[in-house]
Amino acid sequence: MSGVLRVDRLAAGYGDTQVLWDISFDVNPGEIVAIIGSNGAGKSTLLGAISGLVRTWSGSVTYDGRDLTGDHADQVVAAGVVQVPQGRRLFGSMTVEENLLMGAYLRRDKEIRSDLEKLLDLLPRLRERLQYLAGHLSGGEQQQVAIARALMARPKVLLIDEMSLGLAPVMVDQLLEIIKTIHATGVSIVMVEQDVETALEVSGRAYVLETGRFALSGPSSELLDDPKVKKAYLGI
Amino acid sequence: MSDGFLSIENVAMYFGGLRALDDVSFEVERGAVLGLIGPNGSGKTTLMNVVSGVLKPTYGNVRFGGKRIADVPTYAVCRLGIARTFQVVKPFANLSVRENVAVGAMYGRNGGSRSARASFDHAQELLEIVGLARVADRFASELTVPDRKRLEVAKALALDPEVLLLDEVMAGLNATEVDEALELLRTINRRGTTLIVVEHLMKAIVSISTAIVVLAEGKKIAEGAPAEVLASPRVIEAYLGARYVKRQRQREAGA
Repeated sequence: MSGVLRVDRLAAGYGDTQVLWDISFDVNPGEIVAIIGSNGAGKSTLLGAISGLVRTWSGSVTYDGRDLTGDHADQVVAAGVVQVPQGRRLFGSMTVEENLLMGAYLRRDKEIRSDLEKLLDLLPRLRERLQYLAGHLSGGEQQQVAIARALMARPKVLLIDEMSLGLAPVMVDQLLEIIKTIHATGVSIVMVEQDVETALEVSGRAYVLETGRFALSGPSSELLDDPKVKKAYLGI
Repeated sequence: MSDGFLSIENVAMYFGGLRALDDVSFEVERGAVLGLIGPNGSGKTTLMNVVSGVLKPTYGNVRFGGKRIADVPTYAVCRLGIARTFQVVKPFANLSVRENVAVGAMYGRNGGSRSARASFDHAQELLEIVGLARVADRFASELTVPDRKRLEVAKALALDPEVLLLDEVMAGLNATEVDEALELLRTINRRGTTLIVVEHLMKAIVSISTAIVVLAEGKKIAEGAPAEVLASPRVIEAYLGARYVKRQRQREAGA
């Protein structure tokens, strides 16, 4: 079972430009938490700050009591917090299999192969495509590889950035089923999504990020009915 | 009824053993907004590439205003009046926003007869239409995601196209930004440009399309009026998925 991911009074930015102010939230073991907001609100910066890709200015990030603030990205992955980056960011000229094994780069145990087999049982499409170059796959298949690559690191918490971007509705359905299966194995999930309706349908709790601050939070089912959320993010 | 404006005729595109497009035919009427949808990897972008002359089809033909254009190179297709945007935008990063658009105005259908001064004036006019006049002097590389998409549209419009192919210009935009983008496309369409819109945002496709064509695995699986096409079991199975249908039912029940 996973521990608590805790972000406490986090501030972060680039150069002189502050992007995030006073961000605090917890992700409890086995939760799916969604972070929604407009372009430029700071969603990807927040995931980057947790992952060690964006330097934090103040505040802290801890997982299971261990301080990850200021750790390098590889140390964060080793601690069990693993990101699926926006735009997939696969190694396009490597095969699907090689991409998946890259996810296990930090592991020294003997179960890498058997984990790979289990994943391919979960994602039969990738088994068919195992020796294809990742860059030759369709968008939906690439997103499956990106998620599977993250899973090869044996995450306790999975951070997923804009999973649905540029994907057909039916493909998003399939990916959500995969996410639910992963979640059922005890992995906590933080989803950053532009597709607010999808994010609120699949998550238990959600936070609305506006210009670098949390403007609203609560159970996703309540946010789905919130007039402000409906108007600003669902367009209804 | 077909008006012979733009015809896709039995187009096939093979990459080695892969049939990216397989015997695809349909008509686009002048002034239409054609929504082109289909799963990832179904051949939508390949079809855009064929129509804009980036790819020469293995078989079949594209006819524009009665003229066969499948063998015409890209730069000439653009001067005949077919312009496009790209999914991954590639502005000239070190030119200003205005200069980026002026390049198209100098090069496109009316470019030969247009002075540099007139090209910059035309660029300015287009920036006002797409809502980028406020950042006309910035470098293209400084723009936000939605503004880069607007620039991509302005660059294509600068070619004075009769047909504009839009490849996922709304991906990554939020609900408010999508509404603004749709308003912009309606304005462009009202000014007389025929649109072919590739998009996964069904709300956008439904709201703007006058007709829809659906591709799956390189083949056309449905074509016609939006309501009819989106109710087709085959389209639901191959593209829309069960969640879409459920949401629609909930909306209708709530409305």
